[in-house]
Amino acid sequence: MQRSHLGSLITVIIVGILALLIALPIDHPSWFDAIAFWQPKEFRDLQLKQGLDLQGGLQVLLEADAAALAAQTTADRDPMDAAKTIVENRVNGLGVSEPLVQRQGDNRIIVELPGINDPDQAIGTLKGTGLLEFVEMGTNAIPAGTLIATNYGNVTAPISGTQVISGSQGVVDPTTGQPFVTLITGADLKSAQVSIDELTRTPVIEFALNDSGRDIFRTYTSQHIGEILGIVMDKVVLSAPRINAAIDGQGIIEGSFTTESANSLAVQMQYGALPVPLNVVDTRAVGATLGADSVSKSVTAGVIGVLVVLLFMLIYYRVPGLLADFSLILFVLINLAIFKLLPVTLTLPGIAGFLLATGTAVDANVLIFERMKEELRDGKSLRSAVDAGFDRAWRSIFDSNLSTLITAAILLYFGSTFGASSVRGFAITLAIGVLVSMFTAVFATRVMMRLVYQRRGVDESALAKPALLGV
Amino acid sequence: MYNIVQRRKIYYILSTILLTASLLMMGYSMLTIGTPFRLSIDFTGGAYWEFTLAQPAQPADVRAVFLNQGLNDTSVTTVGDSGNRFQARMKAVDPEVKAVIEQQLGTQFGGIDTLEYRNVGPSIGREVTRAAAIAVLFASLAIVGWIVFAFRNVPHPLRYGVSAIVAMVHDVVIASGFAALMGLLIGYEVDALFLTALLTVLGYSVQDTIVVFDRIRENSKRHMGEDFETIANRSLLETMGRSLTTQLNAFFIMVAILLFGGSTIKSFIAVMLVGMISGTYSSIFNATPLLVTWEKWAANRARQHAKAA
Repeated sequence: MQRSHLGSLITVIIVGILALLIALPIDHPSWFDAIAFWQPKEFRDLQLKQGLDLQGGLQVLLEADAAALAAQTTADRDPMDAAKTIVENRVNGLGVSEPLVQRQGDNRIIVELPGINDPDQAIGTLKGTGLLEFVEMGTNAIPAGTLIATNYGNVTAPISGTQVISGSQGVVDPTTGQPFVTLITGADLKSAQVSIDELTRTPVIEFALNDSGRDIFRTYTSQHIGEILGIVMDKVVLSAPRINAAIDGQGIIEGSFTTESANSLAVQMQYGALPVPLNVVDTRAVGATLGADSVSKSVTAGVIGVLVVLLFMLIYYRVPGLLADFSLILFVLINLAIFKLLPVTLTLPGIAGFLLATGTAVDANVLIFERMKEELRDGKSLRSAVDAGFDRAWRSIFDSNLSTLITAAILLYFGSTFGASSVRGFAITLAIGVLVSMFTAVFATRVMMRLVYQRRGVDESALAKPALLGV
Repeated sequence: MYNIVQRRKIYYILSTILLTASLLMMGYSMLTIGTPFRLSIDFTGGAYWEFTLAQPAQPADVRAVFLNQGLNDTSVTTVGDSGNRFQARMKAVDPEVKAVIEQQLGTQFGGIDTLEYRNVGPSIGREVTRAAAIAVLFASLAIVGWIVFAFRNVPHPLRYGVSAIVAMVHDVVIASGFAALMGLLIGYEVDALFLTALLTVLGYSVQDTIVVFDRIRENSKRHMGEDFETIANRSLLETMGRSLTTQLNAFFIMVAILLFGGSTIKSFIAVMLVGMISGTYSSIFNATPLLVTWEKWAANRARQHAKAA
């Protein structure tokens, strides 16, 4: 064996061992995780990432109200950045592991919440404008759940940079016939959290105000004892308690809350109001049961499909087929390793792309072996037929792989539109598969073929028998 | 040597029958539902909801809950035999309305578990449709460009290119006809993945054709003096093993997914499988025979011209 061939062989073996180690579905020791050095430390876990359709979860696309966004945008301030930060904070408040919040285009935010089991609640938490108001109600106790009009948000210049939903609809103050007067807003809130009321055993929201809010609050409550101070969220009355004594900047909001709804409100209050109202324009929720079912089915389908291909290659091409099988196994390992390293989030279409790539990964070997057969029929020796097979087939292999890559690139473009994100998963795994197959089916197979067939006297040995060549 | 090309009339007739059937499917679909295939909410906007209830229920009773919320165009069907798994399709709904419906279904039928829910606003549907149109346009351009490049050195590039494109259109029409048929039979809806299947089929179909044409070019040089039909036939036979074997491997994988894979991608794989089979067929039995017909026709004309002169 020539020196350069030995180098190639060692390369294939090292890549194979590394791929195997990475692809193994085990908990890798932390020093080994460092192999994915380009990722932030906390993501170097070498686990396969499952998309929402596999592990269950929620994906929503939020779109800012166009008019409000235009009114808020200035040269040096992009309200979408603020909105994204607030949405991020709210997502963190929901306590989901590995959430994703990203801006998309000029006016959209995409949110992915894996493994969430109450999508409706989550959507409510995310899209609620989150505008908390303490409203002067005088002696009129407005029942909880009523949509009211307040003077905040109707003003032309938004207070402290917050634009809010129009206050023109909703119940007005029966005493004045005008919208209710807002005392302070959530912008003056320091903290909000859920606790359980000792007496009623129901969830309540505890809040505390900052210094400026506390002053306004203390002054007002000391002068209006016996009157009603409405607590209003996004223009809907949460509760309308009576002022019994001057309040010093902290208090409790009672209402008919469940633990979840109280938590959702507290999260919205805590992180402030959105600068622009957000609408949900696309929702995708997948239950965990369906996801788990998809995973097990995909694994079964994949294993059976690959086994059939392995068997077919072995029966049809014999010893060369066996070598192609080794390459195919290497192909699968390298792909899995790349999925973990990059990482690639696997979805159902993504798995389909990977499996299709697996089916076509042996194509190159088929081309090479068919050429080899032709060369052998033309009377060439086994040794030279191997090389001729590779050289002659190379152009076809390159052409077909290039055209698949072009297809994948076009799909990737199309898939970058939100509604077609499933297409992206397919395109990415297909493209990775094509690239990996260049290494395994061409390079690795060639190394193995040379090892077996390019030894002295091979043409006279048993290996040259047609029964072992599949000719 | 077995002669494939000689029997080309049979393949033309077979393909014509398949193409006509496909076009009829799409035409019939056009008449009954207004589009050549059933379009999914990816393109039209709307909501799709699959859920199981704790107790079996009548679809009409389930539908009543949706109607109460003013969703008059909702359709509810059962899935499987258990009687408690349902699909609901409606126009796009607000999350608040959906939450109310979910709560009511839960109380009325003893509990609800959402398997899948998707709600696409109309503006998103329009965007996806536009992106799809652009993708198809790009793909067509890229493929024509690819064909022009691949045949830049042959004597009559137009003949090769047009034959390859005809074979490709053949595959797309048949895969589309199949999608229309599934729409009519089992309510299959064409979604973004359908387009993916078509574009992937296009790629592989052109590859297969190019491999045969490459071989024709090679053999034309090697066997100078043989007539074109013999050369084309020889090339077909030489590349057939390769075409069928590679096709077979992809076929194994796709059948495995169809039989054992997750339900949501089965129709995607089915369309792709039909397209791929059509692609292999058309590159062997349409593209090359077409090329032969064209070359013969051109040769005849040249001879007649020569006689006339």
